[in-house]
Amino acid sequence: MWANPITLWRKGILGMNCRNVAYIGRYNPRARYPLVDDKLLTKTVVRKAGVTAPELLLVIRTQNEIEHIEQVLAKFTQFVIKPARGSGGKGILVIVGHDGDKLVKSSGSQLSLADLKRHLSNIISGLYSLGGRTDVAFVEALVTTDSTFEHISYEGVPDIRLIVFKGYPVMGMLRLATKESDGKANLHQGAVGVGLDIATGRSIAAVQFNRPIHRHPDTGHRLSNIEVPHWRQLLSLAARCYEVTRLGYLGADIVLDVTRGPLLLELNARPGLTIQVANDRGLLPRLRHVESLDELQHFTVDERVDYSIEHFAHSIGALQPSLWDAEDVVDAATSD
Amino acid sequence: MTQRGPFLFLVLLLVAIGVGSATFRHINFNIPFLPGTQETVWQIEAKINFWGDGEPVQAILSLPSNQGDYRIVNENTVSSGYGFVIEESDGQRRARWSKRAVTGEQTLYYKVELVADSNPLRGSEPEPAVASVRLDEPYATAAQAIVNAVVPRSADALTLAQQLIREMTVVPHDQNVALLLDRFALPDLFSDLLALSNVPARRVEALILEEGRRRQSLVELVQVWQDGEWHLFNPLTGLIADTSDLLLWQTDTPSVLDVIGGKRSRISFAIISQTRPSLSLATSGAQGMDAPSLSLYSLPVEEQNMFKLIMLLPIGALVVVVLRTLVGLKTSGTFMPVLIALAFLQTQLIPGVISFIAVVVVGLFIRSYLSTLNLLLVARIATLVIVVVAIMSIVSVMSYRLGLEAGLTITFFPMIILAWTIERMSILWEEDGPKEVLVQGSGSLFVAVTAFLVMDQPLTRHLAFNFPELHLVVLAVILLLGRYTGYRLLELRRFSTMMGSD
Repeated sequence: MWANPITLWRKGILGMNCRNVAYIGRYNPRARYPLVDDKLLTKTVVRKAGVTAPELLLVIRTQNEIEHIEQVLAKFTQFVIKPARGSGGKGILVIVGHDGDKLVKSSGSQLSLADLKRHLSNIISGLYSLGGRTDVAFVEALVTTDSTFEHISYEGVPDIRLIVFKGYPVMGMLRLATKESDGKANLHQGAVGVGLDIATGRSIAAVQFNRPIHRHPDTGHRLSNIEVPHWRQLLSLAARCYEVTRLGYLGADIVLDVTRGPLLLELNARPGLTIQVANDRGLLPRLRHVESLDELQHFTVDERVDYSIEHFAHSIGALQPSLWDAEDVVDAATSD
Repeated sequence: MTQRGPFLFLVLLLVAIGVGSATFRHINFNIPFLPGTQETVWQIEAKINFWGDGEPVQAILSLPSNQGDYRIVNENTVSSGYGFVIEESDGQRRARWSKRAVTGEQTLYYKVELVADSNPLRGSEPEPAVASVRLDEPYATAAQAIVNAVVPRSADALTLAQQLIREMTVVPHDQNVALLLDRFALPDLFSDLLALSNVPARRVEALILEEGRRRQSLVELVQVWQDGEWHLFNPLTGLIADTSDLLLWQTDTPSVLDVIGGKRSRISFAIISQTRPSLSLATSGAQGMDAPSLSLYSLPVEEQNMFKLIMLLPIGALVVVVLRTLVGLKTSGTFMPVLIALAFLQTQLIPGVISFIAVVVVGLFIRSYLSTLNLLLVARIATLVIVVVAIMSIVSVMSYRLGLEAGLTITFFPMIILAWTIERMSILWEEDGPKEVLVQGSGSLFVAVTAFLVMDQPLTRHLAFNFPELHLVVLAVILLLGRYTGYRLLELRRFSTMMGSD
């Protein structure tokens, strides 16, 4: 029921406090947070760096614009409404079609126009934003999931979370929506996390609510033999985000569109820790490994991706830190 | 981020300043570290009587000062119509009453409160000079004869004094002694003989502290100097080893009371003792003389009471930091639990928890109706504030009607915080379901109750208010926790599944 902290440390499990102080605090300059906290800003910035993202359809900045939103939205049948500063997937509304006056959510339940307007109004009032600041709602095109995931996910779009440390993808996880998560790929809402081998994109282990599982709870699909296509392309997309944001410890959420390939959904400056459970590996050895590298050793995105594929493969168990290394990590975490 | 060295230095510095200052104030101003410490207070009332016949009057009374075993915590006078001033010269304090035309019997009071000093500061006095004595014949010869006879039988000042007392009190008297005693009072003679023997000595007037005594007068004693300090002698009985029940009222001045312009003056003393909390002694002293002017005690009482609560806030903040960084509890709103705990301090725990849950649950019901009204956020929160106010008034009135006084304390809850709590809980319910509401709600309540239990300790309340500098230590602990990179208690559970495969 309870883990022994020394064993966890030896396995290189990154804890919340250590993440906050030694990684987020040290490698993520505060001034660059707005870049990732505002999804709309992220979209516009990464596009310049050649990072692909879902198409932006509409931006709603004032309550007035909500008044006649149905006229504007009429030309889109499938779309996603997001708050620019929402956190933890809150306030995201996925519309998959129309049913008369009503809109159909990804879960199949219906939404009246009044509900939709209230939702938009809430977003702009800042209900979903950190600190309750007034926000902006935006509408983007619904991603059509790659056929690989067709039978795996219950509903909603599966996405791939990659932890990028100083530009090196160090750990990856596929997130599958469940009935419980209401079509959202958010782990704490009950989505399934499937650990992915950084070298190959193949699934390693899966968790729901921090507990290991073998099959998808709703679809019953086996989770052990998934292989994410376009894996290398996906890795370099994530690695490229470091160039744009200069955030050292970054979580990149990527979806695979059937036609456009990997698309960046959003970036996260405080990515969660459950990815370790899904991978059955601790993050610390890999983070420590990257920290030991010379800054200029791998200059380009491709070089870094190659390095990650070579060194952070799941099969490489030798990277488990000895007690020696662990002490070094303690030292590095507390000093500087 | 800063280097580890300077950071630790800062932390240690804060601890050192906090603990050092607290210890300093404990020693110097006798502020007790523990609540409820009691001390014995001696209340001495000096009553002065005299007759006036229309002349201007000045009454001058020698006053005791802080000394070896006793410390003055309070003093005042009752003397209607008199001008009053306390003056000090040659280390002796004097009270001076004055009035223009005085007729009939007059009564003046001087009251002083003293406590036994647990750690007296024994200053090193310089060696006093030997008083010069000039006696007329035949007394000079007689005195010299006594000295000449006694000095060879003594080893030092103390034994000399002992021998002199023996010489003067042995019956029948030696004829030199008899001659001198015929002319001089015993204490005067004693100190003169000591002076003639080249021993520094002085006459003092002392009061014997005995509970419940009235109409006491001062006792004439003699102090003899040896080895850097004064030793007290009773000219009749010899060395007084235990001076703990003696209060030196005055040293080496002509008389205790001088009334100029009045007649038939008398002075008498009344003594009572009582026990009082040390703290009130320390603080009453603080309003007086040697207090730190920058202390919370100097504020008006009402503000002091406010600060008694405010000073508990850092303790609550510490509890939140511990429970969040070390345990990893989730709360709704970071410091909301502290504010709730602060309200609990005034409502008491059980009524507080009940009314908190009642307000939030009722609020959630009403909020669920509000969400169908499609309101803007600010308007919705404002509505909730009004709802909270309404719930509070209804609960207060109802509980008062039912005779439950405890229900009235509900007003101590911060209303805006409650409104926001309801709003957050409601959103949480819609977004993450009732389970998460229960998790965060009970987490918040747990933190609030823990914070309350810590803040409600008499020791915590006492230290937080009387030693505000100890908050620097709290700050240091919080800073250290801010750099804690170890696992949280709940993470050990979260990652427990990762223990199996090795």
